[in-house]
Amino acid sequence: MTVLDIISIVAGSLMVVLGVLALNAKKLFNTVIYLSMMSMLAVVCFVIMRAPDVAITEAVIGSGLVTALFVFTLFAGKKAGGKA
Amino acid sequence: MIQYFSIVLMLVGIYGLLSQRNVIKLIAALNIFEIGLNLFIVSIGFVKDGLVPILTSNNESSAMLYVDPLPHALVLTSIVIGVGVTALALALAKKMHDKYGTYDMDEMGGK
Amino acid sequence: MKQIVSILLVAAIGILIFSALYFSDETLKFNEYGNVNLDDRVSEKYIDKSVNGNTEEIIFGETQNAESGSANMVTSVVVNYRSFDTLGEVTVLFVSALGVGLLLNGKRKRKNLKDAPNFILKQGARIIFGIMVVFGVYMFIHGHITPGGGFPGGAIIAASILLLYLSDDEFRVKLSAAKAVESTAGSLYVIVGLLGIVLAGYFLQNFLPTGTVGEVISSGVIPIVYMLIGLKVGSELSSVIDGFLTEEVEG
Repeated sequence: MTVLDIISIVAGSLMVVLGVLALNAKKLFNTVIYLSMMSMLAVVCFVIMRAPDVAITEAVIGSGLVTALFVFTLFAGKKAGGKA
Repeated sequence: MIQYFSIVLMLVGIYGLLSQRNVIKLIAALNIFEIGLNLFIVSIGFVKDGLVPILTSNNESSAMLYVDPLPHALVLTSIVIGVGVTALALALAKKMHDKYGTYDMDEMGGK
Repeated sequence: MKQIVSILLVAAIGILIFSALYFSDETLKFNEYGNVNLDDRVSEKYIDKSVNGNTEEIIFGETQNAESGSANMVTSVVVNYRSFDTLGEVTVLFVSALGVGLLLNGKRKRKNLKDAPNFILKQGARIIFGIMVVFGVYMFIHGHITPGGGFPGGAIIAASILLLYLSDDEFRVKLSAAKAVESTAGSLYVIVGLLGIVLAGYFLQNFLPTGTVGEVISSGVIPIVYMLIGLKVGSELSSVIDGFLTEEVEG
């Protein structure tokens, strides 16, 4: 068992845990942040699987733009006065 | 190893889609499913001790052992489609929130 | 109750997937993780650049006029061998951006930020904006020799626009300009494909000389197409971000 195997096991199990946490979070904002963390761990997995192109794309889009879009949607909902 | 975890991630996504009633959480579940699927597609192209599929001055011959580049190309486009789908779904969720004042689908039915 | 039913259902699906992939009989069995023989797959031809029957080994910095002169094999698949797929993908992105534009329509103005940004934040963000745009453009110009390419390059440009939106409460993208860039890039992509029919015989065929593998000006039509994809993705995602950070003006 090499170091990369250990890192991939840790990253993979953390991703599963974060996915369950994201679905069961009380606040919607926490869901978004867990999703972003999961996406960052997916980048680690992509790098371990020798896919740098995919890793760059996932890092920019998955944990950057998608998180921003989620946060703006929640932000707009809060401001309108309804409960989020 | 990552392959098993990616299948479990897909199952977590399906569980979210089945059990949640909140629109934002449904979209989050869709995203989890998508990450799992992308990891799975990339993992079927992984070759043990394979190199990154880019010719450089260090690994300069095409006869060396590389990982499969085809799944990477498919996943590259799939991620960008994913952000388009997520943006469309979030715009719909925003419209729903403007009309009903909540993201919960159970509370929407009453009005 | 609903939770239990869905957990049972998911467990059933999981058992089905695992048994189908790893425990079925010998003919249907799925390759173990990392234990793949590339000779069985079509990708072997993409790695050797031998779809048209080339038998020579490709050497970085030496081979000239290869079938697809891109050192990055992923790029050669995305914009050369399977460029038609990419054209369809760009269309899907266009349709979803159009959908966002239709849903969040009307006369719009910038949403007020909670804390008004001060002078130092605005100017500092502009400096970083320049660096980010240069990095994005670098990424899609060098898509055929380094990891990256049009999709992450365009997304980095969109992220730089997002930075300006967050740091300046009056900044807005000119939506007409974004639409013009987007439609021009999309049409030029199709025109490049049609030129392929005229000059080389097939839609989206490479019609320029491919040069030496590993140089910046090489691999024919790939850098041009990736540049167009980068501009298209960047402008599309910028207009999506604009839709999310503005609010409708009443009346």
